[in-house]
Parts: sequence; structure tokens; C-alpha cells
Amino acid sequence: MLEIRNLVVKIADEDKQILNGLNLTVNAGEVAAIMGPNGSGKSTLSYVIAGKEDYEVLDGEILLNGENLLEMEADARAAAGIFLAFQYPLEIPGVATMTFLKAAMNAQRKARGEAELLTPDFIKQVNGAADKLGIDREMLRRPLNVGFSGGEKKRMEILQMALLSPSMCILDETDSGLDIDALRIVAEGVNALRAQNRGFLVITHYQRLLDHIVPDTVHVMSKGRIVRTGGKELALELEKSGYASYGEAA
Amino acid sequence: MAIITPLKTAAEQQLVEQFANIKAELPGAGAMRKVREDAFAGFEAKGLPHRRLESWRYTDLRNLVREAMPLVRRPTRPQAIADRLALQTIAGRRFVTIDGVFSADDSDLTGLPEGIRARSLAEALTESPDEVAAAFTAPEVARDDSALMLNAAFAQDGVVIEIADGIELDQPIVLLALGTGASEASIVSRSLVKIGAGAKVTVVELQESVGAAPVQINHATSFVIGEGAQVEHVRMVSRQRAETVQVQSLLVELGGHAAFDSVAVAVNCGVLRQQSFLRYGGEHSRAALRGINLLRKQEHSDVTLVMDHAAAHGESRELFKTIIEGEGTGVFQGKVVVRPHSQKTDGSMKSHALLLNDGATMFNKPELEIFADDVVCGHGATVAQIDAEQLFYLMARGLPRPQAEALVLAAFVGEVADFVSDEGVHEIVGREIDCWLGQREGAPKPGVA
Ligand SMILES: Nc1ncnc2c1ncn2[C@@H]1O[C@H](COP(=O)(O)OP(=O)(O)OP(=O)(O)O)[C@@H](O)[C@H]1O
Ligand SMILES: [Mg+2]
Repeated sequence: MLEIRNLVVKIADEDKQILNGLNLTVNAGEVAAIMGPNGSGKSTLSYVIAGKEDYEVLDGEILLNGENLLEMEADARAAAGIFLAFQYPLEIPGVATMTFLKAAMNAQRKARGEAELLTPDFIKQVNGAADKLGIDREMLRRPLNVGFSGGEKKRMEILQMALLSPSMCILDETDSGLDIDALRIVAEGVNALRAQNRGFLVITHYQRLLDHIVPDTVHVMSKGRIVRTGGKELALELEKSGYASYGEAA
Repeated sequence: MAIITPLKTAAEQQLVEQFANIKAELPGAGAMRKVREDAFAGFEAKGLPHRRLESWRYTDLRNLVREAMPLVRRPTRPQAIADRLALQTIAGRRFVTIDGVFSADDSDLTGLPEGIRARSLAEALTESPDEVAAAFTAPEVARDDSALMLNAAFAQDGVVIEIADGIELDQPIVLLALGTGASEASIVSRSLVKIGAGAKVTVVELQESVGAAPVQINHATSFVIGEGAQVEHVRMVSRQRAETVQVQSLLVELGGHAAFDSVAVAVNCGVLRQQSFLRYGGEHSRAALRGINLLRKQEHSDVTLVMDHAAAHGESRELFKTIIEGEGTGVFQGKVVVRPHSQKTDGSMKSHALLLNDGATMFNKPELEIFADDVVCGHGATVAQIDAEQLFYLMARGLPRPQAEALVLAAFVGEVADFVSDEGVHEIVGREIDCWLGQREGAPKPGVA
């Protein structure tokens, strides 16, 4: 489903190369985890997949179901099925969460050539999904993410993911900032979306999340490359031994 | 050291001739005659405001007004005016001027509720020239302003509204100033609004033009607000010709324990100077001046204001949002003056601008002049571009760039627009803003009014 080949990326206005020939495949139905030290390039990878402009791709390609993502703007990638749950979701003052959700859902429908959602249907869908994630309806009336707690922002990301039903979900440290109960609720939300035709790339530092969202594959990222790939037991091993053996300080 | 600037430009000479020719015909005898003569003498000494004057630094009227266009005497009433009047409906009492001249036929003069009196300025000046003349005294902080002097000298008409003590109106008073744009002309008008103690009203000023000819507009509205009154004010200058040069002065004398909340919107405004002079005449008063300026092409909007805290325990809030694209220019010059005995003044002044491309310019100049020691005053000004991180976040959720931008821009100015509490007025303001955003390149479906 998602194929990344020899990806070399630098910061657009600096001479700083971050991804150094990265290879990664995520198949449909697969949950792949990426673990790796701070600064190894995990968020950069997720941004480059989603289409952020601060980076320059020097080499390599990213294909989603055979389509070249690198030629598309961020909105087209979203329409193609990419969803990034941000490590740090943005606050958008003045834009009511409901207004935003409706605009996003309708943009997707428009890209698929479908008619706009009727307001009652929209509200029903949002309320249903929000209830499952334990999101207070009052929060939906507030400006998007403004003044939300860290955990509330993360839940809001998963709510968006559930409503947009993307085919490739990238979760960048969705577990950080979540309390124990929220972690379980959010993981349940993610697990409910696991499907044959959907892939997941779960970026995390901790086994804790992977206890709830059990991965099929675990990749270790170091200095802008995938340096090891294994099954779920690899995460447990990392938990014990750290990244020292990958040439990184623990 | 007084700098005497000799009259020299063609426009200034034309103004001298115009005044000599017209002064005998202008309404108001007695004291008003003297007000006009004195004001014009003041103007003759100073000339048109120009960029070497600190308060007019960014709007060089002497340069912008090369020719003084002929004064409008008896405006025509083209079909376009009737059409616009039919469309421009707000639930409220409407008083109309056409090219600055009061139009009784188009105004809601009959069946006014008790406690509201409405007249034309010309009528008020004929009935009680001395009393009305007093209302033309310039506020202390604007005594040197020669645009205001010209206004006092030439104002031939306008609307005079008087609200009695304790009156509460649930619908706004709407002062609709339509320009015919039938030919190049100069329009000088003044409206006076007197609000009694404890009254509660909303006053809306809409300034639009329907025709093709550029004009010169010099309009002032003076508010005198009684003890404990609560006033909401909205002014929108829109639908102007690009070459129209306009000065809008807002003069407010605020009584004790009173509140004045204003939102001034400029959209498709041509070249506009908006100057506000607000004086806290009594203690424990609160005023907020806020505004939205949407500028493109060569449009220019200069917001200059002075909050004169002449009494203690005053609170002032200023918040201006400006979006500029093309080669537009925005100016914010705000000054908070705190007089020596005005302790416990609480002032906050903010101006935020978004520049959408390289040719756009914003000048921010907030100033504090504080002569009391126990005060809290602060200001902040920013000039930025649309936040790229916010845009990416929205686009990553599937919103095409123009739609994502429109959402961020609408939210940016929405923070100010939401201070307009009357629903009908909020809708009209929102429509002009949406329409402007809709005219941006590649913008999603334009709103139409
Ligand atoms: N826009 C940028 N400008 C400069 N440096 C950047 C930029 N974006 C990322 N970097 C640098 O690139 C490296 C990789 O950052 P990235 O955020 O991808 O790491 P990460 O693996 O997600 O780390 P963490 O686990 O702390 O989230 C870091 O050294 C970071 O400082
Ligand atoms: Mg990261």
C-alpha cells in the first residue's frame, strides 16, 4: 500500500539532511510501528509523507497504491487517503471545531465526487464518533484545538481520523500526553479502524501503546534510515536495551 | 515654534475660493457662522494635512488631493441609489444621506418611538444654530487637525440624532450615507449623536457609493454620551471607487460610568483615513475601538486614534485586524493619553496585520503618553504572513489551499467582527467580508450581496 524507496530529504532552507535513503513498506491491513531515538527523523518522515513544504526531497519516491505522492499538494494526498495524526496538533483560533470538521469531510467527499453531507447526518456522525472517544460535545463548539489539553488534542486527532476514514493512517506519538484511561480509549478507537484495506504507521517511544495497538511489524529508525525490522517482540527488546547498539546514545 | 506653511497647492487655493463662494449659503447663523470662519482660518494657516505632520505621516492628504473637487450642492438621485436602498435593509431605524445631504423621503422619520429625535443637520442649524455650533468644537487632542477644520467649515448637512435619558432601543439606528458617484465631487458632512444618561443604543454607520466617479469625502460623526449610557457603534466603509479619497472622523465625548464599543470596517474602501478621538470626560468609563481593514490593489486605510483619558478609572481596549494583498497599505497609529489625575487607567491596544504578498505594506505605530503613575497600559503590534503551519494542518485534512486560507483569514478578522452584537448588522458586515475573501484569486465560491 505505502512504499517508500531510498528517500533522501533535507530541510528546504538549510543544508541539513534528515532522511538518508530510507526504505519502508506498509501493506494493506498491516500495523507497522516505528521506534527510534529523539531527532532520528520520525516526524520528518511523517511530514514528508503528508506533504509539508519545509522539506526538499533530494532523491527517492513515495507511492500510495502506486500513485506518486511527491507530486501532490497536501490536500490531494489527504484525498488520496493519507492521514497524519500530528505529534503537535495545531491550534486554529476563530475556526469552530464543527465548522472545520464539516469543511474537511466535505472536501473529501468533493474530491471523491460525492455530494455534500447534510447537516443532520454530519452532526450524527460527529456525535457518534465523539462519544466513542470520550470527547465532550462542548469541546466541539470551541475553536479547533485552542486551549485543549494535550490529551484532548490527541483525541481530536483520532476523531478526525475516524470521520475521514483514510486508507493510510500515520500516528505520530499519539500516546504522548494521554493519561492511562485515554490511552486505552484512543487505542480502542484505532483498533476499531483496523481493516483489510487500511494501513497504519504508528510512531511511538513506548511499548505501552503497542500493548494496546499490537503491531504486525516494528521498524527501528536511526539517523534518517530504517536500520532494523522485526515483529512485535522487537519493541520489547528495545524497551530493555535501548538504542545503544544502533550507534545512538541511550 | 509655530510652523506656518504657506498655502500653495492648487487644491488649497480652490478650497479658499470655494469657501468664499459658499459660506453665505451654508446653514447656521450666529455662532455657527463664527465656527465656520474660525475653522477655515485655522485651515488657511495650516493647509491640507501632509506627511511632515506626525499624525498624518502615512497619509499625505496634500499629495492625495491635487484638485479640490466641486462641492455637491443638490445631489441627484439616480436609479442605482433607489436600487441600493431597496437592497440595504437592516432591521432598525434608518436615516439616509445622499452625497452628504439628508434625504427625508428615504428616512424613517414618522412613528419614531418616544425619546428619539431625528433631524437633518441643516434643519438643526436653522432651528438652533448656537446650540449646534457648540457641538463643532474640536476635541483638545484634535485641535490642530486641519481635515477636521475643513469639515467644520464646509459641512452642509448630515443627521442629528438625540436620544433621551434612559431610552433603551432594541433595534439599531442606521445612518446610511450613500454616494451617487454621479460626477467628481466633494462631499462634506457631519452627523451629531447625543445620547442621554442611562440610555442603551446601537448606532450603525454605513458608507457606500454606487456610481462610477471618484469623490472626495470628509465626514465626521460626533457622539456625546451621557452618564451611564451604553453605546454600540459600527461603521463600515465599503463599495468605494478605488480613487475616492475619504476622511472619516469619529469624535466621542464619554460621560462617567458609560460604555462605548465600536467596530469600524473598511472593505473596498479606496483611500481612507479613519481618525478617532475619544475623550473620557467622567470616571469609570469603558471604551473599545476595534476594526477590520481588508485592502488590495492600491487601497489605503489609515487608522489613527487618540484615547484621551481625562478622567480616572477609565478602561480602553483597541483591537485592529488588517489583511493586505496586492499593493495595499495599512496604517495603525494609536495613542493612549493618560492625564496626570487619571489614575487606575487600564489601556490595551493591539494591531495585527497579515500581509498576503510582497507588495503589501503595513505601518504600525502604537504610542503611550502617560502622566499618571498608577495605571496599567500596554500595546502590541504584529505584522505576519498567513501561518504556514496552520495552513498545512488544514490542507492535510483535505482542504484545498484557497479554502484553507479563506478559513484562516475569516477567523483572523472574525475575532473583531464577533464584537458586533446586533445579528442583522453582524450579517451585513460578514457578507462584505466574505465577498472580499471570495474575490481573492482561486477563492472558493464567492459570496454575493
Ligand atoms: N524545520 C526544521 N528546521 C531545522 N531542523 C529541523 C526541522 N525539522 C526537523 N529538524 C531536525 O531534524 C531532526 C529530526 O527531527 P524529527 O522531528 O523528525 O525527529 P523525531 O524523530 O520525530 O524526534 P522526536 O522523537 O523527538 O519526536 C532533528 O535534529 C530536528 O532538529
Ligand atoms: Mg517527532
